[in-house]
Amino acid sequence: MSSTGNPRLAASNGRRLADDRAGSPFAIRGLSVSYGGKPVLFSVDYTAPPGAMIAIVGPNGAGKSTLIKAALGIVPRLSGEVSVFGRDVAKARPRIAYVPQRASVDWDFPATVLDVVLMGLYREIGLFRFAGRRHEEAARACLERVGMAAFADRQIGQLSGGQQQRVFLARALAQEADLYIMDEPFAGVDAATERAIIGVLKALNRAGKTLICVHHDLSTVPDYFDHVLLINGRRIADGPVATTFTEESLQATYGGRLATAQIDQLAARPAAGA
Amino acid sequence: MGERMEAFLSALLLQAGFNTTLVSLGAALLGASAGAIGTFVLLRKRSLVSDAISHATLPGLAGAFIAMALWTGNGRWMPGLLVGSALSAALGILAVEWITRRTRLTEDTAIGAVLSVFFGFGTVIVTVIQSLSTGGQAGITGFLVGSTAGMLRSEAELIAVTAALLGVAIFLLRRPFTLVCFDQDYAATRGIDVRLTDLAMMGLTLAVTVIGLKVAGLVLIVALIIIPPVAARFWTNRPERMVVVASAIGAVSAYLGAVISSTGPGLPTGALIVLVAFALFSVSLVFSPVRGLLAGTIERVVLSRRIHERQGLLALARGEPIHDPLTRRVLRRRGYVRADGVATEAGGRAASAAVLDEALWAAYRRRFPDEAAAEPRQGLVPIADAVPPDLLATLRGELRPSGARA
Repeated sequence: MSSTGNPRLAASNGRRLADDRAGSPFAIRGLSVSYGGKPVLFSVDYTAPPGAMIAIVGPNGAGKSTLIKAALGIVPRLSGEVSVFGRDVAKARPRIAYVPQRASVDWDFPATVLDVVLMGLYREIGLFRFAGRRHEEAARACLERVGMAAFADRQIGQLSGGQQQRVFLARALAQEADLYIMDEPFAGVDAATERAIIGVLKALNRAGKTLICVHHDLSTVPDYFDHVLLINGRRIADGPVATTFTEESLQATYGGRLATAQIDQLAARPAAGA
Repeated sequence: MGERMEAFLSALLLQAGFNTTLVSLGAALLGASAGAIGTFVLLRKRSLVSDAISHATLPGLAGAFIAMALWTGNGRWMPGLLVGSALSAALGILAVEWITRRTRLTEDTAIGAVLSVFFGFGTVIVTVIQSLSTGGQAGITGFLVGSTAGMLRSEAELIAVTAALLGVAIFLLRRPFTLVCFDQDYAATRGIDVRLTDLAMMGLTLAVTVIGLKVAGLVLIVALIIIPPVAARFWTNRPERMVVVASAIGAVSAYLGAVISSTGPGLPTGALIVLVAFALFSVSLVFSPVRGLLAGTIERVVLSRRIHERQGLLALARGEPIHDPLTRRVLRRRGYVRADGVATEAGGRAASAAVLDEALWAAYRRRFPDEAAAEPRQGLVPIADAVPPDLLATLRGELRPSGARA
């Protein structure tokens, strides 16, 4: 995967960075965000390589979720441009599937698992029609892929945390997007769900989709992802996991807050391709 | 009394004259629209905003009355009153939104402030109206608690047609409304303008409130918007069905309220509508099979019986005496023990079966911990009812070598 190389190197090959961004599934430039008067992100540049599986990593409060929310237009940005597949993000929405954090919704909402997945087919169903059998079958097929087919008619309030996350993933699958942006898809899920989700994500990646995940578990980064973006209010480093996910850049990201033992443990793992 | 009943029945069956019929049907359409938009307002957790809207109509209503009375001599022209109400209610919503966005005050604080200030201001204008000698002052008090008595045919038609149009608009917007209510961030990534959607939702709430003022009254219209969806929530777990059920409850409440108030002079329509809606809510609260109190109580009793039965059978299998009176009663009723607490033959068989079932559940937890963790009925139902047959065969195979027997 990493043989596609760093886009910055390709850009030096007689082309400008702007040309290169045109082909990128996700490129941001000068992205700054603040909540109230408090700056959260300052002038972040990032160009995702096509077909990569990318982890956004950084300490709590580093602005990981804010980065994707601002890029998708959920929170307002102070400055910056975002292009998705070379187009303005607002025009590329049908190609983007977003998986929010589980805790961001009220699970007592009157909806079944199937209703939530059908929300992923919002555009296909259209504003005025009701969901037809074709849409229901498509939604059930997506539930099958995340191992939740038997739960289609359950009230969403009855699901465990891992099952809720699987339902959100199924809704994203229903969108048949080319770029998947996920906010902590592995947070607070059981081990079986984590295995199931990573299986689905890797299958999507093999099919050529680009995946960007906000991720908090450093120990699984080398196993799950091939690219990494390290941020802490600013961009610290990005690139293939093998060359970028190093002790040096992690210390720079976490500002010495990472215990040395943790770093040693990570360094001891066979980083992919190193 | 018999006369009253007759009047009620003829009104109920649309036999009480053209005007009463028109008013009742208009009220039903209004109730349906109120229940539908109320569902989304409730799911968006903005029930209080509708209260602010209705109270904020008063200064506009009273102001329009004075303006029209001075210019044309007739302050009671309904379209004019509705436009005045809508304008001041819109001002009220904008004030709530401005305070919430621009200051550190929370929305409920902003609603409390706006609601009371607007209502207070409106009350002052109403007092001024009552001191004027323009005539028709009585018309204004009808808007406080709702009065359909003496409603003009044109007024009833205006309410019915507008309510129907609003219903259609709510139907068309149901999907973006649902998405924004469930998950506004996700809705934004699908290209839905969340602010515009909220604005449309509040605009429709405002419109329903304004046309409902004359029927339900501005103090009580909020009940017609909120009670039907709260009652509907007891009957369904799906969003579109909740809209339908809430519309039906709203329509029935408003229709019955209007019919009852037509049977006697001075019966306030709004209060009657709210009482009918509350009755339907109470029935839902108690009897709903989905989340009702009765269903919940029955479920708890059944669960408790099951646990006692299982514990009792396991105690029998271990040859332990059973002291708990409920456990003894449950086993006795099933014919598992005699009056003196000694196990019957059937009790012995059931006890052995319970022991085997427990062992199978334990094997399930060992072999498939994740699936078992997601199964809430462990030990409460026979495992054969909870897992597919092939899995059951695997678990039985698991038990055999260790020497456990039935």
